[in-house]
Amino acid sequence: MTIRFTLNGKEVSFDTDPLRRLLDVLREDFGLFGVKEGCGEGECGACALLIDGELANSCIVPVGTVQNAVIMTIEGFRETERYRVLEKSLADAGSVQCGFCTPGFVMAAEALLRNNPTPDEEAIREAISGNLCRCTGYHMIVEGIVQACRIGAKLWAKPTDR
Amino acid sequence: MADLIQTPINRFDSSEKSGGLARYIADIPFKDMLFAKTLRSTRSRARIRAVHLPDLPQGYATIDRTDAPGSNRVHMIEDDWPFFAEETVNYVGEPILLLVGSDRAEILRLLSEISVEYEDLEPVLTIEESLAAEEPFYGERNIIAEYAIEKGDPDRAFEQAARVFEDEYCTGLQEHVYLEPQGVVAVFEKGRVTVYGSMQCPFYMKNALEQAFGWEPDRIRVVQTTTGGGFGGKEEYTSVLAGHAAFAAYKTGRPVQLILDRAEDISVTTKRHPSISRYRAAVDDRGNITALQVHIMLDGGAYAGLSSVVLQRSMLMAAGVYNIPNARITGQVLATNNIPSGAFRGFGAPQSLFAVEMHLHSLAEQLGEDPLDFKMKHALQRGDQTVSCGRMHHEVKLPEMVHILEEMSGYREKRRSLREQSSRVLKGIGLSLFFHGCAFTGSGEQDKIQAVVKLRKGKDGKVEILVSNAEIGQGPHTTLRKIVSHTLGIPVGDVLYGNPDTDRVPDSGPTVASRTVMIVGAMLERAATDLRDRMHEKGEVEVTRQYEQPDYICWDQDTLQGDAYPTYSWGANAVQVEVDPVTFEIRITGLWGVYDVGTPIDEQVVLGQIEGGMAQGLGYATLEVMVKKNGKPMQANLTDYIIPTAGDFPRMEAKLVKSSYEYGPFGAKCVGELPFLGAAPALVSAVEHALRQSVTRIPVTPEYLMEAVEHDHPIHPER
Ligand code: FES
Ligand code: FES
Repeated sequence: MTIRFTLNGKEVSFDTDPLRRLLDVLREDFGLFGVKEGCGEGECGACALLIDGELANSCIVPVGTVQNAVIMTIEGFRETERYRVLEKSLADAGSVQCGFCTPGFVMAAEALLRNNPTPDEEAIREAISGNLCRCTGYHMIVEGIVQACRIGAKLWAKPTDR
Repeated sequence: MADLIQTPINRFDSSEKSGGLARYIADIPFKDMLFAKTLRSTRSRARIRAVHLPDLPQGYATIDRTDAPGSNRVHMIEDDWPFFAEETVNYVGEPILLLVGSDRAEILRLLSEISVEYEDLEPVLTIEESLAAEEPFYGERNIIAEYAIEKGDPDRAFEQAARVFEDEYCTGLQEHVYLEPQGVVAVFEKGRVTVYGSMQCPFYMKNALEQAFGWEPDRIRVVQTTTGGGFGGKEEYTSVLAGHAAFAAYKTGRPVQLILDRAEDISVTTKRHPSISRYRAAVDDRGNITALQVHIMLDGGAYAGLSSVVLQRSMLMAAGVYNIPNARITGQVLATNNIPSGAFRGFGAPQSLFAVEMHLHSLAEQLGEDPLDFKMKHALQRGDQTVSCGRMHHEVKLPEMVHILEEMSGYREKRRSLREQSSRVLKGIGLSLFFHGCAFTGSGEQDKIQAVVKLRKGKDGKVEILVSNAEIGQGPHTTLRKIVSHTLGIPVGDVLYGNPDTDRVPDSGPTVASRTVMIVGAMLERAATDLRDRMHEKGEVEVTRQYEQPDYICWDQDTLQGDAYPTYSWGANAVQVEVDPVTFEIRITGLWGVYDVGTPIDEQVVLGQIEGGMAQGLGYATLEVMVKKNGKPMQANLTDYIIPTAGDFPRMEAKLVKSSYEYGPFGAKCVGELPFLGAAPALVSAVEHALRQSVTRIPVTPEYLMEAVEHDHPIHPER
């Protein structure tokens, strides 16, 4: 079946089995290795990305269901100004240890801040509650996102979408 | 350098990891790579009568025990663990063969067509069954290891005791859940085998492969790739996977990728040893403990693995941070037809520190004393004799730490007031005191590990760290660089440190036992001191340093007597909880910790270990339930095996006390495992406080509490 979608700002179209996991398509066909597989069952958020601006776990999304969607992975997001603010805040706050979970948390943070540029700690914890991290105990990740909102408030406050 | 070594800097690996640029093993495609999947035993214990294979299409192959060129046994301590099952299988999930080929779906289809004929044998599935088995399956008595250590004259102390108290404590399985599942890729090329993968200990893997292939060391190479967490789970188990993939690469001549999916990883990799500990205490008429008698039993699973060393640490930590004049500590690792138990952050210490802390707590309650006062009057001090008759050579800062903890948490006041508050929920606060013996037991660093480190100054003046220790998230890419840069007085960016490749680095020992900063870091500090005088030389300069054991360490490995560890790091935790009296759900409302880890090499890295260790320890104590049915874990995915999420615990308040260890780099001691240890006893004593109910088992689930409250009488006097 021919699948078409916008991937990190580019139109793509290709033939594949619509039942394949979006995660596998992105990793195997497009070499997007920033999208990680931590569980394959929608429980850990390591494979998280944005589909039409909404956070989704790509390991439980059959590629046939994202026809014509707008998909953004960490590889696309890392080209943005917002990412640079998040990257720096996460580094300053010590949010990253083994890092396997981190791209997923970055995408979850972006999904949150798009809708709520000034979240309180509880809203942040809620927004990342679908992402597992075994290394940090989460506090430094929360702190990283808090700092990003502080530094980058304007970036997210603008009504932008891409 | 103007900055203090403890001042945090951004971690070197932060940006590449957050941007998804770091390459973990699953992210590295190799040309013509084959995939692999393991056929595993569905029986706890059985003789394999026959394995029936379907016709394999071109390009597909099976690998089994006959494909090990040298030995089918994984080199660990006993070499009893087979890469692939031999005549019998001894646990559900034991590998029987590996199927490799180019298409993953086809591999799964072919696997489903393989049938195995088993002749079932009677399995032993628990510690009790292992002890009672009439026909042992492991050795003569199902005992993998047993030891005894003794101090003073415990028999006399029990005879003269005013009162004797007894308790039994149980702890459960725990799965590591490193976020990156286990994985390796093996390549056979030009007569050599190379294994790339997610791991903690490249030389453990290399040594295992040398034995498995029966080859000269220079024909085996191991390269660590960016590793998504380990916690001990990627210490010894990775050697099993390396063998599987390497045999397959050797047989097929193609690179072979073997990556476990999460369900497989949870179901078949090593776990924390379940334990039963019996504690008996003799108390004199002034309420002092005069003797402890402890018997620890660990469920080792089907093969020895590292269990004997895990038991040693359990036993050496079994009297906790207390000076007990007379003690007899015995321990056994029992063989069962379960997944082999293995290394996991704390390495036997969490089980016994839970038990001893709860036991002292229970003694205090029964003697009508405040638990904290009771603990502190028995606390070890510098110069005291340890339970293995070694010395506390260094300062013990527990009084200062406890003082800070009391102020932070309001422990004393809350201990009184929380129970009096009338609210729907029951409230409580509890506390734990704990320590961790840094690095290898006894003189293991000198006798077994004999670490070597190297520094190489290039022509450009940059200095490369050459060690076998792996960044698995705990921060050495940053902390070891800091140690070298501060010693040399060069910018930290001029110090290089890549993932270890056994072709390039000397064996500086495994990434375990919280030894990387304290032991390897100290060796690097010395090497950098040597190099400092030669930095002006043009051209390349290489400096090598060997481990030198400090003179004060006396140890006898045969009797387990003497200085069990070079030094100790210390901790004190307080946990506040609310327990719902109807559902028995536990909500944690406060977390505090005070630690003595010597000089923190990077305060943020240390706090990261503390917060992460605390969360993992609280998971162990509460959420992380793994039970088995007929030897098979019932929680084989992250829906059923629950680990903490961001919403589960409040922010922890943590402080470090100032301290310095003369033999550590810049005064640093061990960090990684310590913060795990205090979580369970502090939490459980808070639950006891809230419920006025004794709790002797973890994980402490609502179901267990409900049952305990129904069947038990509260043993704690109302105060
Ligand atoms: S890999 Fe998709 S949620 Fe875990
Ligand atoms: S940093 Fe390791 S899982 Fe989050």
